[in-house]
Amino acid sequence: MKQKKLTAWDRVMLARKTDRPKSLEYIKLICDEFIELHGDRLYSDDKSIITGIGKIGEYAVTIVGQQKGKTTKENMERNFGMTNPEGYRKALRIMKQAEKFNRPIITFVDTPGAYPGIGAEERGQGEAIAKNLLEMSRLKTPIISIVIGEGSSGGALGICVADKIIMLENAVYSILSPEGFASILYKDASKNKEAAEHMKITAKDLKDLNVIDEIIEEPEGGAGEDIQGVSSKIKKCILDNIKKLKEIDKESLVNNRYEKFRKIK
Amino acid sequence: MVIDKIKKINQTEEENKKNIKASDMLIGKWVKCDACKEILYKEEVHRNYSVCPNCGKHFRLSARRRISQIIDEGTFVEINKDMETRNPLDFEGYSKKIEALQEKTNIKEAVTTGYGEINGEKVVIAVMDGNFMMGSMGSVVGEKITSSIEEAIKNKLPFIIFCVSGGARMQEGIISLMQMAKTSSALAKLDEAGLLYISVLTDPTTGGVTASFASLGDIILAEPNALIGFAGPRVIEQTIKQKLPDGFQKSEFLLEHGFIDKIVERRDMKDTLYKILRLHK
Repeated sequence: MKQKKLTAWDRVMLARKTDRPKSLEYIKLICDEFIELHGDRLYSDDKSIITGIGKIGEYAVTIVGQQKGKTTKENMERNFGMTNPEGYRKALRIMKQAEKFNRPIITFVDTPGAYPGIGAEERGQGEAIAKNLLEMSRLKTPIISIVIGEGSSGGALGICVADKIIMLENAVYSILSPEGFASILYKDASKNKEAAEHMKITAKDLKDLNVIDEIIEEPEGGAGEDIQGVSSKIKKCILDNIKKLKEIDKESLVNNRYEKFRKIK
Repeated sequence: MVIDKIKKINQTEEENKKNIKASDMLIGKWVKCDACKEILYKEEVHRNYSVCPNCGKHFRLSARRRISQIIDEGTFVEINKDMETRNPLDFEGYSKKIEALQEKTNIKEAVTTGYGEINGEKVVIAVMDGNFMMGSMGSVVGEKITSSIEEAIKNKLPFIIFCVSGGARMQEGIISLMQMAKTSSALAKLDEAGLLYISVLTDPTTGGVTASFASLGDIILAEPNALIGFAGPRVIEQTIKQKLPDGFQKSEFLLEHGFIDKIVERRDMKDTLYKILRLHK
């Protein structure tokens, strides 16, 4: 029960821990089968996002997951989980394919934000995210998003317009990093801890605000202490939600998703 | 240098005096163009659509002025005028800041929405106002834009947004972020209804607004030389640790990279919108 007393900043630190389990580890433990599929068919293959098809229990699913690295080398390859426009476009291509083949979509959110670089701007970072928000809102297949680490800004939202939004207990989901928030509003990035406490970024805060639907508990010390246990909780949560969402006709599913975001004031 | 400047100011004043009636002079004031540094007679700038007559710099417009330039006189009917801004994070000083701004700007929030006509063509229009917290999108901005999209769907009308925004409003935290999904979802419905959406980008359009409704127009227009991007130039410079090239993230840059349909000067904006509307009848 000691864990419940963690501050928001403590959870930011846990969410960012390099050895915290990343998307691929969960995918391997949750899926009975998984085939990674690459590329946006427009420009390149963004390695900060893993996409593919797999099987969870009896269901064929489509998976989209932001992937951070655990080592510097891995992080260089994964761009620290900061997605470029082609990553959002790859995700959208795969999600539209899921709709065509009637597969539920599972997204794992874990990013410090969409990549702020020259190339990203040249290739339309804003347009790529915007398009995903619009298209995800009307995909006629269930979408379940799980924030497993850091869900920062539009970079996270770009794969998080879902029927069910779930957070791991120590994950955070926010408009901007606490450092960015502090530098804008307090004109001092070093007030990040203070910012974190005021931003309402923890799973509990966001559940109270009705922004997310469910929280998956983590062991003391974070998900990395028992990745098997956390994975099986995630798997159960996914299966329960797919079962419920599959029972809803497609039109109601899309209408409910619209209303879910429509009512956030 | 300074003497030259004073001379130039005096010359401009002299020239202007010749062209302007004495009664105008009494209420007139001088402004300095922040681009070419020319001293300009305010009334002349006003008559020139708030564009610098010397260098063509498009000055920022209030929503009220924008509406008067685009919408036929006497046809604008505002909707959701009095929607109240809330403070979902209980962020210290936010409510007071909003009150002070409402007093100062005489508007309630960073977007004005309503019905109107453009040379007789009926539209629903949302016009953002950079004077109100840099046009940032919090709950009220998201809600007003979403409601106006729903009005357009209900009444089968084309929908136009004039964007000017620093992005999502930080003080409302995650609730602001969710407005990106909310407005984009409403635009999906407008799209399904087969209705036209024109997005007009003006200086500056950045952050969460660029990453939602601003980039989703069937047709996307921009004013010349407007800053348009997702990440702000300062953030990018800090990330890549180098200076950005001239013209980066300007309208002309976006046109070249294929992200906007057309750059339109302010004096031609109303006619351009009218022509596009006529082609969608």
